[in-house]
Amino acid sequence: MATYSTNEFKGGLKIMLDGDPYTIVENEFVKPGKGQAFNRVKVRNLKTGRVLEKTFKSGDSVEAADVMETDMQYLYNDGEYWYFMDPQSFEQVGAPATIVGDAAKWMKEQDTCTVVLWNGEPISVDPPAHVNLTVTQTDPGLRGDTSSGGSKPATLETGAVVQVPLFIEEGEVLRVDTRKGEYISRAKE
Amino acid sequence: MTLAGDWPPTAGPAALHERARMLAAIRAFFAERGVLEVETPLIGAHAVTDPHIDCVPVADPSGGAGPSMYLQSSPEYAMKRLLAAGSGAIFQVARAFRMGERGRLHNPEFSLLEWYRPGFDHHRLMDEVAELAGVVLADRPVQHLSYQAAFEKHVGLDPFSCETAAMRSVALDRLPGAPELGEDRDAWLDLLMGELVAPALGHGAMTFVYDYPASQAALARLVESNPTRAARFELFIDGWEIANGFHELGDARAQRRRFEADQARRRARGGEAPGIDERLLAALEAGLPDCAGVAVGLDRLLMLVTGASRIDEVLAFPVERS
Repeated sequence: MATYSTNEFKGGLKIMLDGDPYTIVENEFVKPGKGQAFNRVKVRNLKTGRVLEKTFKSGDSVEAADVMETDMQYLYNDGEYWYFMDPQSFEQVGAPATIVGDAAKWMKEQDTCTVVLWNGEPISVDPPAHVNLTVTQTDPGLRGDTSSGGSKPATLETGAVVQVPLFIEEGEVLRVDTRKGEYISRAKE
Repeated sequence: MTLAGDWPPTAGPAALHERARMLAAIRAFFAERGVLEVETPLIGAHAVTDPHIDCVPVADPSGGAGPSMYLQSSPEYAMKRLLAAGSGAIFQVARAFRMGERGRLHNPEFSLLEWYRPGFDHHRLMDEVAELAGVVLADRPVQHLSYQAAFEKHVGLDPFSCETAAMRSVALDRLPGAPELGEDRDAWLDLLMGELVAPALGHGAMTFVYDYPASQAALARLVESNPTRAARFELFIDGWEIANGFHELGDARAQRRRFEADQARRRARGGEAPGIDERLLAALEAGLPDCAGVAVGLDRLLMLVTGASRIDEVLAFPVERS
């Protein structure tokens, strides 16, 4: 079992706590000159995303988490599993719908997604920060209105719905921010 | 060959100038008072036995095949040998080294101002520390708080009589994700002192905390009227520990017993115990004048002068760039 000592702690290190994999977000070394040293860390649970604080006695060891963040290509889904491929090794993994969650509504086949693997199994999937998606349904906008600040909902090819300016029409390709779920612009061809 | 992008200093020119000014002010302060500036070796034959201070081993610089030597974690032992030899009041601006101490307020190599005053006790030395800090920083009101009073105020427990279970429950209640420290009373005291007491001290002031638990006496004598207290003090400014001082223990036998207790603690933890510095004990045996001494963290003092929040902002090159 691989372990890390507290003096190896730094942002991004992956450790096990109470049976779950975590990544260290912040590490602060706290020590009275003559006294016991501590490492006060903020850690993010890689399964739930929840951030919590934890203090370790310096010199203690923590189990390392066998966690890898990899860029993988989204292939297809069968409704139950979403399948991804490592572009180097061509190895494939299937992530259950519960893990993919909301990421599904931004993913188009062949997009490169960030898949976090723990002991080889996917535990989280993030779509690219920005994606280009085609509008499959939106109400016609007001003729000639290209500037007034109004907006309307548009359904994209993946099923996601975003607010778009009134001048956007069906069939157009849009650039979308997946983190905020917001329209950015028309995609440049 | 790639060019190293991290060659420039992490301290800006203002911090470099402020450091030079601070050092000049310190030297003027002691020159005016007739305190002699001294230098002692950075590399010594012994590491300290302190349970929580690890020295950095280095090869014997004389080139022999002797055992490894150590970068000194403070100039204290060598300066006490000078005092025992009759130096009178002395000060030193020294580099000190501590293995593994790196963080927002720590660099493993740092600057200490250390001085000793024959004839002073720790209370009189606290006054002089305040005067020196007042010369370097803008004037601030000075407060004195016993360790017991500080702990009672900010933790709500009497540090001398409370059970470890009471400290554990305060820690669990007020510090999310607190560690389990078992029956290690001093570790609980350090945790609560470091997380709840120190951060609340010295805001807009200089706060001296004095009369530490005897279990944390280090090289301080015990208070005559109450031997559960050590004649030790620390200075806190804006929540940071700035200085640590003692009314020095001159009793060679008592000092040997403390070193042996340190060694036993280190062995009980499964670590190695450094050998005892017999030259220091011989100097105490020969007679250390009744004196008080203090070490001031100059990098942190400079952080206060410049308004820095990370020690890197006042160091030309922290360890990663050295």
